[in-house]
Amino acid sequence: MSSQKRIAKELVECTASPPTGITVSLPNDSDVHKWHVVLDGPEGTAYAGGRFGLVVSLPIEYPFKAPAVTFATRIYHPNVTNDSLGSICLGLLKSENWKPSTRLLSVLEAVRNLLAEPQPDDPLEARIADEYRRDRREFDKNARSYVARYAKGPVKFDAPRGEPAAGEREGNGGDGGGASGGRA
Amino acid sequence: MDTDDDFMSAVSSEYDRQDSDNDDMSGVEDFDFDDEPDTFIDSQKEIGHRRKPAYDISFRVFQPADIQRQQQDLIHEVNLILTISKEEAAILLRHFRWNKERLIEDYMDEPSAVLGAAGLASNSASSPKMEIIPGFVCDICCEDEPGLESFALKCGHRYCVDCYRHYLSQKIREEGEAARIQCPSEGCNLIIDARSLDLLVTAELTERYHNLLQRTYVQDKETLKWCPAPDCQNAIECGVKRKDLDKVVPTVACLCGHRFCFGCALNDHQPAPCELVKQWLKKCADDSETANWISANTKECPKCGSTIEKNGGCNHMTCRKCKHEFCWMCMGLWTEHGTSWYNCNRFQEKSGTDARDAQAKSRVSLERYLHYYNRYANHEQSARLDKDIYNKTEKKMVQLQKESGMSWIEVQYLNSASQALQTCRQTLMWTYAFAFYLARNNLTAIFEDNQKDLEMAVEALSGMFEKSVTELADPQLKVVIMDKTTYCNKRRVILLEDTAQNLAEGMESLGEVASPSACG
Ligand SMILES: [Zn+2]
Ligand SMILES: [Zn+2]
Ligand SMILES: [Zn+2]
Ligand SMILES: [Zn+2]
Ligand SMILES: [Zn+2]
Ligand SMILES: [Zn+2]
Repeated sequence: MSSQKRIAKELVECTASPPTGITVSLPNDSDVHKWHVVLDGPEGTAYAGGRFGLVVSLPIEYPFKAPAVTFATRIYHPNVTNDSLGSICLGLLKSENWKPSTRLLSVLEAVRNLLAEPQPDDPLEARIADEYRRDRREFDKNARSYVARYAKGPVKFDAPRGEPAAGEREGNGGDGGGASGGRA
Repeated sequence: MDTDDDFMSAVSSEYDRQDSDNDDMSGVEDFDFDDEPDTFIDSQKEIGHRRKPAYDISFRVFQPADIQRQQQDLIHEVNLILTISKEEAAILLRHFRWNKERLIEDYMDEPSAVLGAAGLASNSASSPKMEIIPGFVCDICCEDEPGLESFALKCGHRYCVDCYRHYLSQKIREEGEAARIQCPSEGCNLIIDARSLDLLVTAELTERYHNLLQRTYVQDKETLKWCPAPDCQNAIECGVKRKDLDKVVPTVACLCGHRFCFGCALNDHQPAPCELVKQWLKKCADDSETANWISANTKECPKCGSTIEKNGGCNHMTCRKCKHEFCWMCMGLWTEHGTSWYNCNRFQEKSGTDARDAQAKSRVSLERYLHYYNRYANHEQSARLDKDIYNKTEKKMVQLQKESGMSWIEVQYLNSASQALQTCRQTLMWTYAFAFYLARNNLTAIFEDNQKDLEMAVEALSGMFEKSVTELADPQLKVVIMDKTTYCNKRRVILLEDTAQNLAEGMESLGEVASPSACG
C-alpha cells in the first residue's frame, strides 16, 4: 500500500520541525511502523521535569486504522493504566472517531494535552480519577513521586509484555538504569 | 388497544416522550403461548380482573420484509413532509433513532441546526461526483500524480478515490459501521449518504452497507431486538424497558420457534429476573470446578454401590442390580418422593449451632449452593436427555408402523409432551437459581410448593418416555400422556404466575442479588 509515502512524510514533519517537548525517533530504521517518542512533562503540571517514553505502533492499515500509543514510562494519571502496559485512553484513537486524515502530530499533541489536562470523567484508573477530582493536592503529590521514581534520567523503552524485545532494545542499549526500577 | 394503553401506563414519565412517538407500537397484539390453556386462568386464586397472566408479555415478530417496509414508509413520509431527498430523510431518521415526530418537530424549529447535527450540510450544491483536478494532492496517501481521480462530499474535503474506497471498506467491512460514516476529514461530521457510497464502492460492499443500514433500524430502537437464534432474520418488538427488568421477565417467542428473554437475549429464563441470571451464570462459571462432578452422567447406587448410568431425562432411578429405587437428584428413596413429605427440592438449613466457625459456615454455604446447582444442572441435563429419548421414540414409532403395517399412529401428542418437558424443565432449572437467591420469607414455602408440584408433574411425564414403543402405541396410554402434558403446562403457569406477581409487586426479596452494576 501507499501508506509508506504518508508515513515517510509524517516522519519528516515530526523530526524536521518537532513541536515543543516532543522528540521522535525510530528504534529500527528499517521499520517505519514503530516510533519511539520522548514526551517532556508540560511545565506547570505535576509532570514537569519528567521525561516520558511513548511507543507508537502503526498498523499495516494505517492511516485507515488508528495507531496504538502506549506509555513505556510508568505514569500516575487517570487516563493511563497504572501498570507496565501503560495503555492509554484517547478518544481520538477510538475506531469510531479515528479519521485517516488525522496526523500523528495531532495524536502526540493530544497525548501531551492529556498530561496538562487529565480527563477524570473518562478514566482508565477510576481511583486515580476520583483522587484527581476530590483531592488535587494528594494527586499532585502522587504524580510527582511517580515522576521522581520513573521519569527521571534517560528514557527506557522496555518492550511491552508479549513482544519480542531483542531488536527493540538495541538502539537504546546505552540508556539503561534510570527507569528500570518501575518494572518490579 | 386497551391492553396497550394499560401496558404503556405502567411506564414512567421518563420515557413518555419516546413512547408517545412510537406510533407503530399501537399495533401490538396479545400473544398467547399455545401450550398454555387460557381457560385455566379462571380457576386461579386471586388473579383479579387481569386478562393476561402477569408473566406473559406483549410482543410482535417482524420479518425482514416488515422491517424494510417500515423503514421505507418512514423515509417516504419524512421525504414528503420536509421536502428533502430520500437520502437526507434516511440520514435524519437514523440520526433521530427513527423517532419521526421528534425529527419533524425539531426540523420545523431549526432546519439548519438539525441538518448540521445530523451531518448534512445545508447548502445543497450539485451532487458529489468523481473528478480529476490538476495539482491535487491527496491528504491521506500523499499521492500527487497527475490524473488522480478524487472525490469530495458537499463539505469539499477532497481525497483520492482509492483512499475513499479504502476508508469505506475499513468502516463497513472491518468496523461494521454504516449509518454514521463521516467524511474522512478530521473534525468534519458530514455523513456519507447512500448515493455517494453506491458511486464509490463495489457492489458487494454496497450490499453489506445496505444490510448494515437495515440493522441499525432494529439496533437503534429500544423496543426492537434481533432474534438471537442462528440464521434467524426476524426482529421482535416489545415494550418492556430496561429499568423494569427487576420486576418482569420478558420472555418472547420468535416465529422460528426460539424462545428468549427480550431483556438480555439469553434463552428463556422465567421466573428468574435477568440480573439474577447474570449473577448465577457468573457464579456457576467461577465455581465450575467444585460443581463439575455433579453433572457427571454416572453415579453409584446408594444401596449396592454399582455404577448407574442415566440415559433418559427421568430422575426416578432403579438400580439394575439390586432394584433399589432412588432419586437421581438427592439420592434419597424414590418412595418418599410421591408422598406429602416430598422435599427433594428444598434445601434443609442446618441449625445455626453446628455452623459456628468460619470453616463450617463456608461448608454450609457451599452445600447450599451445591444443593441448588445440582438441581439446576440436573434439569438442564435432563432436558437434553428427554429430547434424545423423544427423538429416538418418534423414530421407533414410525419404524413400528412401517413394519407392522399398522394404521397410521398419530404421534403429535408425543411431540407436545416433549415440548412441554423442554419448557417445564427450562423453567424448573431457573427456579433453582431463583431459589438460591431468594431470601426466606412466608412466600418461600408457596414458591417451593409450586416448584415441587411442577417437578413431580415433570418427572411423571418424563417417566412415560421410558415405556416401550408397543406400550406407547396403546391408545389408552396416549390419553394418559396427554393428561400429564396438560397438567405439566398447568403447573408451570401457576408457578410463573405466582412468581411474576410477587416480583412485580416487589414482594420477592432477592437477598444476594446486587442491583445492576454500571458498565463503562
Ligand atoms: Zn489518497
Ligand atoms: Zn468533510
Ligand atoms: Zn427467530
Ligand atoms: Zn433476561
Ligand atoms: Zn443397587
Ligand atoms: Zn430427590
